Amino acid sequence: MLQIMEGSHAVAEAVKLCRPDVIAAYPITPQTHIVERLADMVADGELDSEYICVESEFSALSACLGASAAGSRVYSATSSQGLLLMAEVCFNVAGMRQPVVMSIANRAVGAPLSIWNDQQDSISLRDAGWFQWYAEDAQEISDFHFLAYKVAEDNNVLLPGFICFDGFILSHTYEPVDIPDQESVSAFLPPYHPVIQLDATDPMTMGMYATPDYYMEFRYEIDKAMTQSAIALRKAGSEFKEHFGRDYGELIEEYRLSDADFAFVALGSVCGTIKDAVDEMRKDGKKVGLLKIRSYRPFPAEEIKKALSGIPLVAIIEKNLSIGSRMKGAVGLEVKDAINDSGVCVYSYIIGLGGRDIRKLHIRGVYEEAMKGNGDTFYGLREELL
Amino acid sequence: MTRDDWYRHDRLPHIYCSGCGNGSIINCVLEAVSDIGWNIDETVFISGIGCSSRAPGYIQTDSLHTTHGRAIAFATGVKLANPDLHIVIFTGDGDLGAIGGNHFIHACRRNIDLTVICINNYIYGMTGGQGSPLTPYGKKSTTTPYGACEMPFDLCNLAVAAGANYVSRWTSYHVTELTKAVTAGLLTEGFSFIEVISQCPTSYGRRNSLREVSDQILYLKNNAVLHQRWKRMQEKGEDLSSDQFVVGEFIRQSRPSMGVSR
Ligand code: SF4
Repeated sequence: MLQIMEGSHAVAEAVKLCRPDVIAAYPITPQTHIVERLADMVADGELDSEYICVESEFSALSACLGASAAGSRVYSATSSQGLLLMAEVCFNVAGMRQPVVMSIANRAVGAPLSIWNDQQDSISLRDAGWFQWYAEDAQEISDFHFLAYKVAEDNNVLLPGFICFDGFILSHTYEPVDIPDQESVSAFLPPYHPVIQLDATDPMTMGMYATPDYYMEFRYEIDKAMTQSAIALRKAGSEFKEHFGRDYGELIEEYRLSDADFAFVALGSVCGTIKDAVDEMRKDGKKVGLLKIRSYRPFPAEEIKKALSGIPLVAIIEKNLSIGSRMKGAVGLEVKDAINDSGVCVYSYIIGLGGRDIRKLHIRGVYEEAMKGNGDTFYGLREELL
Repeated sequence: MTRDDWYRHDRLPHIYCSGCGNGSIINCVLEAVSDIGWNIDETVFISGIGCSSRAPGYIQTDSLHTTHGRAIAFATGVKLANPDLHIVIFTGDGDLGAIGGNHFIHACRRNIDLTVICINNYIYGMTGGQGSPLTPYGKKSTTTPYGACEMPFDLCNLAVAAGANYVSRWTSYHVTELTKAVTAGLLTEGFSFIEVISQCPTSYGRRNSLREVSDQILYLKNNAVLHQRWKRMQEKGEDLSSDQFVVGEFIRQSRPSMGVSR
């Protein structure tokens, strides 16, 4: 049934239906509404979980790692500085192959301090071994949580995952969302039965030294599991369609691309704005389209190559900055690599950092810059401040 | 220089909620620095994250607004690089007592020459009132909707045990005592810790039957038990009620300290 609800509450409702055994989180804007709502659910007896009010994000993810190693389904949520404080533990969670799911309300990273949106926080952790999916709207955020546990806990995967969505833009706005009932979610996502877990009757250890004779193979296995997660996601996405009617069988989404001669590429909520801009530009006779990347890790290079084949000009809308790289945006580098055709112009545009609004007119502006051959640059800088 | 000369007037009015205790506390601290006669160019204010940590933004001196919980670590660097600077830290119960707890105890242990003003409003105010390690047992927050079920820290006891040279606790009601305590802390060589319990009408008071700002200030006035009286109560075998807390000066000593300019 469709209900109007805040994005954060849609997350909380989805998490509740996934029935985590342990939730540990620390307050940070703009993630906080999620865990406040979960705290209410636990306190009211609606959700049978242990809720731990920890003393930092570092402790939050450490507690989750411990609980997961002990065989529980666990959940946390964070943003920005909180995620970066967790960075060390993030690598450990992936290294110990624990299927932790964490929501990231994307927010800029300081200094200077900013509570507003961009995607620098999660993109900075792209190499940590977590899958990273980016949601466009509240429905996707909510649905991604069911899929995330399903994929993370798949025995061929056993990796943690971030569900990323733009802070404030999605976390604090209201939209109609279809929240399924417990019975159908339980049919799709059965309880977690770990293949390995801490067990006093059969002692084992996790995270010990791997000498140079062993370390590389552990890393190889993590990378292989990430590749497997793409297969698991496609499978789970198609199964999801059978249960709930919404299709997540693809790691990308194409919008008016089939006959396009210009493509935008983006992640997250800005895709909604771009779709509207594309519609308007189409009316003006411009053959433009959008490629939305749902999964940044694993990176669907083959699908992207296929979806963009024959399109000579590609503009990546980047809400991140890879400081010192030639293209400046982290996504553009990989899109360019996926296309791997020197005849195609692929440009990155750094836009909307620290919560600066991205409007349809800016999407048009990016198009015009790309047509002029100006790319791999910032868009929308206030020259008077420089 | 008077107190008002220390304010960064182009940053005012501040963004604190009406009725917040932070303004009175900043006034007391600036009163103390101007009474002592320090200069703007030899004083640095440093803070972490939270409502309390906004304070340096309203003060004319050099300042560092750092990451959550880390003000003391940043300040340690500043002080050791230039021991001639006077360093005052604004922090809160979440910033200092939770995420920055480790830096706090080690700064006490080293007894480094810093003065820490910890505004304890019992919750995380800026993010909307989640429970902190100072939320009193049984009191409500957005993450403890039926009351906190864990026991809170006593930060002053912690500071004394860890070796700080000066430790006191007052409230936003006790402005005269607080100003004197801050002055004493600023003048003490070594680590000085002043906890100030303060009203947060937006995120704490209204959830805990203290609907008006004045209710919360009266609560602080009526439940504060002087350190000396608490000693007498203990001798008679009496205990504090669940709302009462101890105020006063807990220690003033001269253990060897670090970062003092000679
Ligand atoms: S939330 Fe509380 S502490 Fe923060 S400014 Fe408002 S009243 Fe003050």
